Amino acid sequence: MADVLKKVPVREQDPKVRATNFEEVCYGYNKEEAMEEASRCINCKNAKCITGCPVSIDIPAFIAQVKEGNFDEAYQIISKSSALPAVCGRVCPQESQCEGKCIRGIKGEPVSIGKLERFVADWARENGVKPQPAAEKNGHKVAVIGSGPAGLTCAGDLAKLGYDVTIFEALHKPGGVLVYGIPEFRLPKDKVVAEEVKNVLSLGVKIETNVIIGKSTTIDELLKEEGFEAVFIGSGAGLPMFMGIPGENANGVFSANEYLTRNNLMKAFRDDYKTPIMRGKKVVVVGGGNVAMDAARTALRLGAEVHIVYRRSEAELPARVEEVHHAKEEGVQFDLLTNPTEILVDENDWVKGIRCIRMELGEPDASGRRRPVEIPGSEFEMDADTVIMSLGTSPNPLISSTTYGLDVNKRKCIIADEEYGKTSKEGVYAGGDAVTGAATVILAMGAGRAGARGIHEYLSSKNK
Amino acid sequence: MYKIREAKQLTDNIYLMNVEAPRVAKHCEPGQFIIVKIDEEGERIPLTICDYDREEGTVTIVFQVIGASTLQMAGLKAGDAFADFVGPLGRPSELIEEDPEELKKKKILFVAGGVGTAPVYPQVKWLSEHGVKADAIVGAKNKDLVILEEEMEKVSNLYVTTDDGSYKRKGMVTDVIKDLVENQKKEYDLVVAIGPMIMMKFVCLLTKELGIHTIVSMNPIMVDGTGMCGACRLTVGDEVKFACVDGPEFDGHLVNFDEAMKRQQLYKTEEGRAYLKEKEGDTHHGGCGHCGGEK
Repeated sequence: MADVLKKVPVREQDPKVRATNFEEVCYGYNKEEAMEEASRCINCKNAKCITGCPVSIDIPAFIAQVKEGNFDEAYQIISKSSALPAVCGRVCPQESQCEGKCIRGIKGEPVSIGKLERFVADWARENGVKPQPAAEKNGHKVAVIGSGPAGLTCAGDLAKLGYDVTIFEALHKPGGVLVYGIPEFRLPKDKVVAEEVKNVLSLGVKIETNVIIGKSTTIDELLKEEGFEAVFIGSGAGLPMFMGIPGENANGVFSANEYLTRNNLMKAFRDDYKTPIMRGKKVVVVGGGNVAMDAARTALRLGAEVHIVYRRSEAELPARVEEVHHAKEEGVQFDLLTNPTEILVDENDWVKGIRCIRMELGEPDASGRRRPVEIPGSEFEMDADTVIMSLGTSPNPLISSTTYGLDVNKRKCIIADEEYGKTSKEGVYAGGDAVTGAATVILAMGAGRAGARGIHEYLSSKNK
Repeated sequence: MYKIREAKQLTDNIYLMNVEAPRVAKHCEPGQFIIVKIDEEGERIPLTICDYDREEGTVTIVFQVIGASTLQMAGLKAGDAFADFVGPLGRPSELIEEDPEELKKKKILFVAGGVGTAPVYPQVKWLSEHGVKADAIVGAKNKDLVILEEEMEKVSNLYVTTDDGSYKRKGMVTDVIKDLVENQKKEYDLVVAIGPMIMMKFVCLLTKELGIHTIVSMNPIMVDGTGMCGACRLTVGDEVKFACVDGPEFDGHLVNFDEAMKRQQLYKTEEGRAYLKEKEGDTHHGGCGHCGGEK
């Protein structure tokens, strides 16, 4: 019998092998492993894990079913609360959410809730189990803008309530950040994302790709001319930020968004796809979030020596612990407490290196984290032919600037309340990165659920 | 799928297509562009809008074969379809925001270079429909490369010039501008120049000297076209702008053309592709536009 204080270990691709391919890193549990891990759950009456989940999955209930081998039942319990379990089981920061609250975690390792969720979702997909659609349609039309985690969740929830939902997606493929942002080796596109999207469509949701709200049509037109009674905006994060240092427009400097979009959405890593991507020999990724880890591990797989340059220390890295661990295992090098000051270019204005300065941590700033301070005279140069800026994003003004009466805050994010996603404009709800700025998949899903609640309440009272 | 209603070869490497895209046709305005993708494996290719028919729900695009993808596109015929066709992208030309009565008082000169005639056409046509007949220069390398001459003739006072003198005038578009301003004593309030970056750069150098406000339309490397990737960034004045959401039209006297031309090299020009291949060495894996078979 295994040590009950420890998680049943999950099988992974060998780091040396996976650093050269785009196959999924983690293999997940098999039935036996899942049932054994599920038996570690002590089924708390007052389950803290549920409060740690932004979409409030009934975690002990689904785990109890896994323990008994009733995977179909387990799936139906999860899908009541989550439209994308195969995604969440892979990319949620469980350590700070459900697993962070697990009682088992006090004396040992928490129950591996994420891996169990993933197992159940994968099992359901492989066995053709689908979420339950609404018994009856109510005939009310709702438009959802964006097919990322917020939009898919909102659409799924509304469809289950009987609404006639159409999703409008700006890109040519549904999935939003799940498709363009998160790489294949963390979240397989055809096997997982496309199938989860199909599940949402199986609830009766329609999707129209290649429609940019604010350009191809507007929210006001959807409401006035196309017969939609409510709109949910889940349009995502927006425009990549740059540092504003010299050399940033040289050839070989990319935003993480561009680099990842070329590789993930446009599949530049595959020979049969035509979109090019620069395959550098020495790549420097600036930033310490999940997106930076994704860009670094992608560059590694495209054949480069990769350095992450981050201005604070390891403790402050905003990325998930698992991503940092995986990146290190694969050979990504971390240059911490280091900040770029200039990108060095050759005679043709292509990147040839990067000048950085060493930092130390000073007094805590407004965010509570210790502020990084430059160490005078510590500047040095690193060779590099590619620099990827992963510094976050600022909101895209496309929708807010073309929608009459939709208020944004100082940071240009759409203003929406947390409980119902209600905006300043009647019938219009919003959630996800468009409201909060760049955050996580699961928080966006939580906001999608809130928006669905808000829209349901609004249309129920309006159509009384 | 977006059906191609009409496909026409205009010159040996410039093609025109009329595509069914009702949402784009309903909302597009002169100055905007679209992104087209041939099939699942294809690139997203940004192209300016040449014409549109709101009632028919169609959009006309004109493109030049510059690499493997545009070559593949050239092989499509009427009845075929694009997998994806999205837009309108970018901001409409500032002209259409102005009061037509005010516009009538203005002297406007359009300068089109090669395939750049396509995005100039809807602007000149729009003005003509609003009672403003502008002057227009169309420049091409030689007689065979002049496009949309008949259409332009109808909506503007047209001056055609060829680099080699094989048709109409001989000389660059800048020679014609000089001639119009210095010899024919024409006074312009505004120049709109669209064509290869090198042409726009030299037009802007000249119009700056002549003191004529000049608008250019930039066509840098792009991926999504909605502001998400930042590949299309350029320096305008002392600011970094994204051509896809802030443009594609900018004050030509503020655009840093030298930087824009260097950025264009990465995947788009012969020398840039060759340089990329050399730099990548053994990790080179397509993207140069030449390893067609392999990528």
